Amino acid sequence: MRISRRKTAAAIGAATAFALVATGCQSTESAGEGDWTKDEITLTVATFNNFGYSDELLAGFTEKYPNITIEHNIAATSNEARTNYFTKLGAGSGLADVEAVEVDWFPELMQYSDKLTDLTSDSVEGRWLDWKTQAATDADGRLIAYGTDIGPEAVCYRSDLFAAAGLPTDREEVATLLEGDWDHYFSVGEDFVANSDAAWFDSAGATYQGMVNQITNAYEEEDGTIIATENDEVKGIYDDVLEASTDLSAHLGQWSDDWNAGIASGAFATMLCPGWMLGVISGNAPDVTTWDVANVFPNGGGNWGGSYLTVPAQGAHPEAAKALADWLTAPEQQITAFVEAGTFPSQVAAYESADLTDFSNEYFNNAPVGAIFTDRAKAVNPVPPFKGPNYFKVQDALSNALTRVDVDGTDDPATSWDKFVADVEALG
Amino acid sequence: MTSRTLDEREPRLIAFRNQINHWDVKLSPYLYISPFFILFAITGLFPLLYTAYVSLHKWSIIGGQGDFIGFDNFAFILGNGDFWVALRNTFSIFLLSAVPQIILAILIAAALDANLKAKTFWRMGVLLPYVVTPVAISIVFSVMFADKTGIVNTFLMNLGLDPVGWHSEPLPAHFAIALMVNFRWTGYTALIFLAAMQAIPRDYYEAAMIDGAGPVRRFFSITIPQLRPTMIFVVVTSTIGGLQIFDEPRLYDTFGRGGADGQWMTLTLFIYKLGWTDQNFGRASAVAWLLFLIIIAFAALNLILTRAIASSSTKSIKNAGKKKVSA
Repeated sequence: MRISRRKTAAAIGAATAFALVATGCQSTESAGEGDWTKDEITLTVATFNNFGYSDELLAGFTEKYPNITIEHNIAATSNEARTNYFTKLGAGSGLADVEAVEVDWFPELMQYSDKLTDLTSDSVEGRWLDWKTQAATDADGRLIAYGTDIGPEAVCYRSDLFAAAGLPTDREEVATLLEGDWDHYFSVGEDFVANSDAAWFDSAGATYQGMVNQITNAYEEEDGTIIATENDEVKGIYDDVLEASTDLSAHLGQWSDDWNAGIASGAFATMLCPGWMLGVISGNAPDVTTWDVANVFPNGGGNWGGSYLTVPAQGAHPEAAKALADWLTAPEQQITAFVEAGTFPSQVAAYESADLTDFSNEYFNNAPVGAIFTDRAKAVNPVPPFKGPNYFKVQDALSNALTRVDVDGTDDPATSWDKFVADVEALG
Repeated sequence: MTSRTLDEREPRLIAFRNQINHWDVKLSPYLYISPFFILFAITGLFPLLYTAYVSLHKWSIIGGQGDFIGFDNFAFILGNGDFWVALRNTFSIFLLSAVPQIILAILIAAALDANLKAKTFWRMGVLLPYVVTPVAISIVFSVMFADKTGIVNTFLMNLGLDPVGWHSEPLPAHFAIALMVNFRWTGYTALIFLAAMQAIPRDYYEAAMIDGAGPVRRFFSITIPQLRPTMIFVVVTSTIGGLQIFDEPRLYDTFGRGGADGQWMTLTLFIYKLGWTDQNFGRASAVAWLLFLIIIAFAALNLILTRAIASSSTKSIKNAGKKKVSA
């Protein structure tokens, strides 16, 4: 832990040095636009979970602009951030100057893109993966958000539990072991639980996320029609994951106190691991030494989550906020964030950088996470699954349905599905 | 001509002054209490009526006002199972918190009413939990009541008992939430009861003691009946507070939705879900109005009860007055 901090500091140092050079050009460009570089300004930044925006990282910006103070507010879950965002967007005030948005509810926000600042700028031309930029461009061609990270998925596993159950512990061997489709992943799990007291994965809900993100049109057609309740693919993975969960799940609701504790106590041996999950694991189980990452994902690649930064038009300092968002989503800062929290950059230039590709994470037994997640990102289908304005609400209802069966045990899969159908119909 | 006008003016002036005095007497009291009602009109009445207006429309959190749809929102809510679940949860949590709380508060008050050393210390002591913010209490309790790793279930299992599904079954969840409410409010309620107890004339107890009544008899035959008006006050305020309970259930898990199956989703959480997660202010306003009507109904019920009890207790108060005079 201590060493990774030192690394962070070094990376920040490098980033700041680069930023100083960059400012040289930038300040001449923006000289006529205003004096935000001189006025005393407090900028607020709102994120959720762990974006890897440490105080040290943010200090890099305030060192450049000593007139600016940054306040960073962190919501516990993306759900909470969403509620907060829409409430204050509707009220017309109260949002932070720079607000983070998760991909699952980004399409919903896209409907109100006129309430967000147009962030189009020469300095960010070609910075991101094409699909990341495309998804952030509204119907009028305005770029309304800067991509932060994407969520290419690998599998995280506990080597001590693997060893005790007679499975290989080396991350290359584990990758070979798990190579295959979801049925294969579940059948290895059956072998595991036969020889262990621990469960195979954390929850049906989290595993389902990995599966649903491989479906092109899970809940909605491109025209916005909700098809979630009639989609055989969705019903199929719903049934599959719940059937597997009976034996394989630790029955811990994602993000619950039990789940947090389960990561540390070894309640389960594997979990699906988008890059940003690394920070969640090391944060919840700082004393565990046996978490590792395997360069593999069931049924090909997958992307879970990933976020953007937006600048709401209601803010008082749109120019300064835009500059901060620009700076935060520059490859250098995003690499620092990856080192800190595992949030894998969506910036093309980052993939070329040795700071990223050579980075190994000490917590995960020096797993070369930079190289692993670069690989995992390549395995992701370049055409992202379609997510419309209702995606988040339907996903929310479905994850409740899974929790009812897997965690609470209040329903069987059939009755819980009926409740899900009723919930979706009530969205109207 | 001038003298005539003076003659005429004099009585008119007096009449006018009288008039002002008259107005002063008649209107001033209303003027003095008007700030409250003006404030109430702005912060209470207007939102109330506006909510009613919103509830009759399609209304999105961001898009704002949509079409007028009459009572469709109400029809949807009443036909939606979630509303009835929320109603059940709200009443269950209310009863689980109010009843034990009042009983416990009276017992604590009785203990504090005894001759203790360092009275103020003990009295302030019971108020301590009230100082802690509900958010902190909720976080601590939700960790303690975690289903698999919580200290409560660990303790139960060490005793050889089955763990309880504090977050998966409705009744245990209600119990845990009611416990948070009680932890926070019992001391406060106890102090209200203590104040009422100290207003009970001591000669009642003396007389009862001379007649040979023991402490238990004195408690049930003097203290409890004398506390009835206070009890009505406590019941009314805790009903209003209890039916609007929000902080504790909202923070009982990370998501704050009242459980995957609505195990502890109260009416206010339901309003929150409709308005802010589903972004449908029309429906949220409809539930808000239904909740308002339920509270009104309860207040009316309480009023009737108060009247019935007040008429029986005025006698004893009058008697008390007479006794004091004669003494």
